Amino acid sequence: MSVVVHREYVETRTAVFTEGVPLDCGFLLAPLTVAYETYGTLSPSRDNAVLIAHAFTGDAHAAFWHESDEKPGWWHDMIGPGKAFDTDRCFIVCSNVLGGCKGTTGPSTVNTATGKPYGPDFPPITIRDMVRVQKKLMDHLGIERWLAVAGGSMGGMQALQWAVDYPEAVQSVIAIATALRHSAQQIALDEVGRQAIMADPYWRDGNYYGSDPPARGLAVARMLGHITYMSDASMREKFGRRLKESGARFHFDPLFEVEGYLHYRGESFIKRFDANSYLHITRAMDTYDLIGERRLAEVFAATRARFLVISFSSDWLYPPPQSQEIVRACKSAGCDTTYCNIQSAYGHDAFLVEFAQQTRLIRGFLNRIRPTRENRNA
Amino acid sequence: MHSRRIRQSVCTAPDRSHDVIIEWVQQGSSVLDLGCGDGTLLRRLHRERGTTGCGIEIDEEQVCRAVEQGVSVLHGDIDSGLPDYADRSFAYVILNQSLQQVRHVETVLNEALRVGRRVIVGFPNFAYLPARLQLFFGGRVPVTGSLPYAWYDTPNLHFLSIKDFVEYCRTRGIAVERAAYIAGNRRIRLLPNLRADSGLFMLHRPSEETSHGSMV
Repeated sequence: MSVVVHREYVETRTAVFTEGVPLDCGFLLAPLTVAYETYGTLSPSRDNAVLIAHAFTGDAHAAFWHESDEKPGWWHDMIGPGKAFDTDRCFIVCSNVLGGCKGTTGPSTVNTATGKPYGPDFPPITIRDMVRVQKKLMDHLGIERWLAVAGGSMGGMQALQWAVDYPEAVQSVIAIATALRHSAQQIALDEVGRQAIMADPYWRDGNYYGSDPPARGLAVARMLGHITYMSDASMREKFGRRLKESGARFHFDPLFEVEGYLHYRGESFIKRFDANSYLHITRAMDTYDLIGERRLAEVFAATRARFLVISFSSDWLYPPPQSQEIVRACKSAGCDTTYCNIQSAYGHDAFLVEFAQQTRLIRGFLNRIRPTRENRNA
Repeated sequence: MHSRRIRQSVCTAPDRSHDVIIEWVQQGSSVLDLGCGDGTLLRRLHRERGTTGCGIEIDEEQVCRAVEQGVSVLHGDIDSGLPDYADRSFAYVILNQSLQQVRHVETVLNEALRVGRRVIVGFPNFAYLPARLQLFFGGRVPVTGSLPYAWYDTPNLHFLSIKDFVEYCRTRGIAVERAAYIAGNRRIRLLPNLRADSGLFMLHRPSEETSHGSMV
């Protein structure tokens, strides 16, 4: 391509906390490494920081380019000058989650006590633990209050958890395609993914570092995941019943395009993701429950944050009623809340695809959180 | 021809009612606007009366516009949006040009009277003289400034007159605190049911005993 694209390069940095972090399970995870990226400039008064929390298999690289990139960060269309998260106004922070495999301490990290990767010894983690780790990064960066904590899917869970655990540190929450807790259906889907991994003989109870990983199991888990991220309509439109161009050699080789697509997604996933991270993070999502024994009105009783809640009409993995439950919790706690259910055919993937409406909502919402400067639209 | 007249009237009619509502609403109070559209009224209330609060709106495009105007808005229908609020959560609940569009008028009005200490209702007057003339002499369903829609393309589910509404409030024990009658851009004082194209009422539910006692 001869199109000249101005690429702004960024790098993932790391912060190391030798003192570690105490986890919900009682384990002290030390040392702790956090991989993160930042975009834009922190204002002298340090009041323009926005935390972007990534979804399940995301990473700290939310926007702009790495030298080696074929495509930019995972939310590049939402973050940048004049975009929904305007880097001319805001200082954006995105870090890899605890338990991940993209630079932050996780099951594939070397345990300094043994000199080997944690593997099966990695402690159980929770969404609260992920947020606790982000809080350490926040302190490290010298930020006292987030202008907003934003995220889709599991990122939205973290954003909501922030409002519950550190109400004084969160001015606003942007929760997209997410929930207050997983439903039986969501837990069930995660369990099938986990079983696919653990049924792979290469998994070896999580002790596979240094040898072949449970790639087949992980790929199958990812294939299932991708089905849940799309909608019936988007699959119909993207694949229909079209057949693959290369004929099948064996009767059960991928015959339809949709099969080929899932295989491709599975294969590319195993190159970038760790099976133990998959197990730990899905477990963290399943055990996450902001309601627990409380009444809905008590969930956000402590926070004064403003909320923007967004769902997508065709999202059946995190269906709109789950977002509406978040809204009810906010409303009954007296929180200033905005909600929009965006009409979209893209299913759960919509939060990574439907930029125009999300941008209008997020820009409008953030402008009011900090109405200090006029819009600087590109 | 009709469509041109229709568009114009949609734009001008609500503004006068906005002026009246802004006049009625007390400084610094909380407001819930049911069917808030693009949030223009809420924004004006915030700027001119320092109110807080939010709107409920069913149309996605209008929701986005409201958010762009800096208004808090919940995407959803009025019929199902109220039960989550505690009693007297707002100083005012506004149903401006939206009551005639909800499916269950009585439920919504009762819920509004529960959630708000006061309720402001604005609706098009079906007994407006030009409407009567169109029906009587023209033999056709009226299309007026406040009732701008053709029969086949109207969001209105209920048609009522100012007289109907006053009578309704009387039989249900709902107190009418204030009323304003509008024709186009003018306030009407004499013979409103004949001369006003829309009516605005500020209501409240008198203390428990009275309201229950007068239910029949």
